[in-house]
Amino acid sequence: MDRIGVFVCHCGVNIAATVDVDEVVDFAGKLDGVVVSKSYKYMCSDNGANLIKESIKKFKLDGVVVASCSPQMHEHTFRRVVEEAGLNPFVLEIANIREQCSWVHPDRKEATEKAKLLVKGAVAKVRLLEPLVREKVKVTPKALVVGGGIAGIQASLDLSEKGFHVYLVEKEPSIGGRMAQLDKTFPTLDCASCILTPKMMDVKNHPNIELFAYSEVVSVDGSIGNYRVKVVRKPRYVDFDKCTGCGDCVNVCRMKGKVPDEFNMNLGKRGAVYIPFPQAIPLKATIDPEQCLFLRYGKCGRSPACQDVCEAEAIDFTQREELVEFEVGVIVVATGYDLLDPSALYEYGYSRYKDVITTLELERLISSSGPTGGEIVCPSDQRKPGSVTFVLCVGSRDETVCTWCCRVGCMTALKQAYLLREHLGDDVEINICYTDIRSFGKRYEEFYRRIRGVKTNFFRGRPSEVKEKKDGLTIDVFDTMTNKLFEIKTDLVVLVPAVVPRNDSSDLGKILHVSRGADGFFLEAHPKLKPMDTFTDGIFIAGCCQGPKDIQDSVAQASGAASRAANILSKEELEAEPLIAFVDEDFCSGCATCVSVCSFNAIELMKKEDNKYVARVVEALCKGCGSCVAACPSGAMQQKGFKDDQILAVVDVLGGEA
Amino acid sequence: MSDFEPNIVAFLCNWCAYAGADLAGTSRLIYPANVKPIRVMCSGRVDPVFVLEALKKGADGVLIAGCHPGDCHYQSGNYKANRRVILLKELLQQLNINPRRVRFEYVSASEGQKFANVVKEFVEEIKEIGPNPLRGEQ
Ligand code: FES
Repeated sequence: MDRIGVFVCHCGVNIAATVDVDEVVDFAGKLDGVVVSKSYKYMCSDNGANLIKESIKKFKLDGVVVASCSPQMHEHTFRRVVEEAGLNPFVLEIANIREQCSWVHPDRKEATEKAKLLVKGAVAKVRLLEPLVREKVKVTPKALVVGGGIAGIQASLDLSEKGFHVYLVEKEPSIGGRMAQLDKTFPTLDCASCILTPKMMDVKNHPNIELFAYSEVVSVDGSIGNYRVKVVRKPRYVDFDKCTGCGDCVNVCRMKGKVPDEFNMNLGKRGAVYIPFPQAIPLKATIDPEQCLFLRYGKCGRSPACQDVCEAEAIDFTQREELVEFEVGVIVVATGYDLLDPSALYEYGYSRYKDVITTLELERLISSSGPTGGEIVCPSDQRKPGSVTFVLCVGSRDETVCTWCCRVGCMTALKQAYLLREHLGDDVEINICYTDIRSFGKRYEEFYRRIRGVKTNFFRGRPSEVKEKKDGLTIDVFDTMTNKLFEIKTDLVVLVPAVVPRNDSSDLGKILHVSRGADGFFLEAHPKLKPMDTFTDGIFIAGCCQGPKDIQDSVAQASGAASRAANILSKEELEAEPLIAFVDEDFCSGCATCVSVCSFNAIELMKKEDNKYVARVVEALCKGCGSCVAACPSGAMQQKGFKDDQILAVVDVLGGEA
Repeated sequence: MSDFEPNIVAFLCNWCAYAGADLAGTSRLIYPANVKPIRVMCSGRVDPVFVLEALKKGADGVLIAGCHPGDCHYQSGNYKANRRVILLKELLQQLNINPRRVRFEYVSASEGQKFANVVKEFVEEIKEIGPNPLRGEQ
């Protein structure tokens, strides 16, 4: 290319404040191959785009350099601009003079020099760029949704309503997620299961949704439009089709009442065969292989009681794990969150003192379907508490544990305070130790005021310690409103733990190639403008797996993610990124180094007529990482848009300039 | 030697290190302008020849940054890059070039601060080592 145009963006003052744009423009204008060099206040605006388009036509440009923000922001925009002016979209190179220059180098001279160099490097590359063609790929009009909590449910329903087939994969025996464990929701005090169950039923009944409960995604490959997914269906040891969900087996299990019940946060006990909760979807029994006497020891009484009682003859101890494979065009990840295990904060006594519990445990105690049938009692001695004390921000907003705010803790505690008052009457004393009350959502502040008005004691401070004394628990807290140290005597301590990423989020991130932030939550492609996209095209995130949020935000994000995903599924074909590898057969010696380097089995050896072997790239499988190119000893393997000579041209410019 | 300003070429993978460097920008973390980024899709694309070429042209240091282990967008490009750098360092030793001029780092998309720190440290280190003897030989 030797008719290159350089377009330098001021980005208002974002670039222009530290980079001398005029100097860059002058400098670029004198570079070999550059025929026009201009600047504009906002190159990404309509006027900026027109400036580029007009210049392309007027100066018969064959290559374009835009010096602006990161290519992650606007490469797409400028590719389109260039294309609209009749050029191939791939004869464009972005010089990132904002994120990696003007914003990080306050010295005007240094920033300007670096900007000039980056532009010079970009021009050198564009001189060697070649037009590329985007191949069309067919889209599989199906979606995978990972996680069957409220976010995954909402995304599945939205996608299925739009007419797409949805595979919903849930790890637990039932969908419902965390919301199913809640009693009431803030600020409306809706009964959680009353508003959740209908949605769960919709999932079950929708002809477009295929539910894989008690299953896990084990591998995903392919790319946007065509992902190949492998799911392992764990054995329930109960024939799915025969089981009617009557629960007879649950009642006769010899382990009944002996196994900690995870749905009830281990406050109650279940048997080895169980149905997690009455509204479970699918309503099928599951045998826990780690607890079942027959599965562990090969013997359960004279014969397994569940088998004896099951009229449907559904119990099947021979079941094995089953691998299911399918293809989808898009993936929505909605795997939710964990609560921090408060034992990490020794001073609060969790797991040392029985009457120190978490909000989720209290939620199960309040719930009429919970282990106590809705009786709120102290776990140590089953007596009604005369005083309950909430400790907010347990591990949250704490440099040494979780720096972030859990976003639901304040409102959860306020809601529970209300419910305690409702259940236990006026006599119960309620104390809330808080850092700040964050009641930011719609109608949250009003709810807060309602609680603050009714006989609830607020202490602004983080307790230093929970101690067990002869006559019960005490909490030391310094109230920063009155500047006084209080010792609160209380019966039940409720900790509000930090919201943390699920413990398997790292594994899942690797399976999906989705990045996680420093906090461990899945990372959105842009915190403001692409909150549901990930850096991996065709994979979207919703709900708490992306960061703490309440139910309404999770639902909103899930609908958003479904709609983003539907944008892709509604197209028959997509244009594939052409930046993939290719072989110059004349140079290829058939050594197969590339074959061994490729992680995607995208390179094959082919026999030519003369019986010599050459490598060939399977374009549909190549992801365009360029590992094979770097490994090729003869330079026969190259990557479009990142050919050796194209990169070396930039290296020569940047390396040579001292 | 106090006025020696090293020139450093940095190969950054698109998905992690480049995004991390962008985040350093969005967070306005100041770091030395000595580093000149080149975007590649994956650190696995970095041919040792690129590094040698940069040094031959006179660059005082070369940084290669990719995703953390297990996080590579293409599964294992970062391992390949890391291994190549280890071998390359041996070669540099034989060529009488200080292997510390070449550095491999893992920087995730959320580690803007780490990127800035790595650059700061590396610039200091190269200042200590001194200019590339091949500088200006072209
Ligand atoms: S994509 Fe970052 S190292 Fe491979």
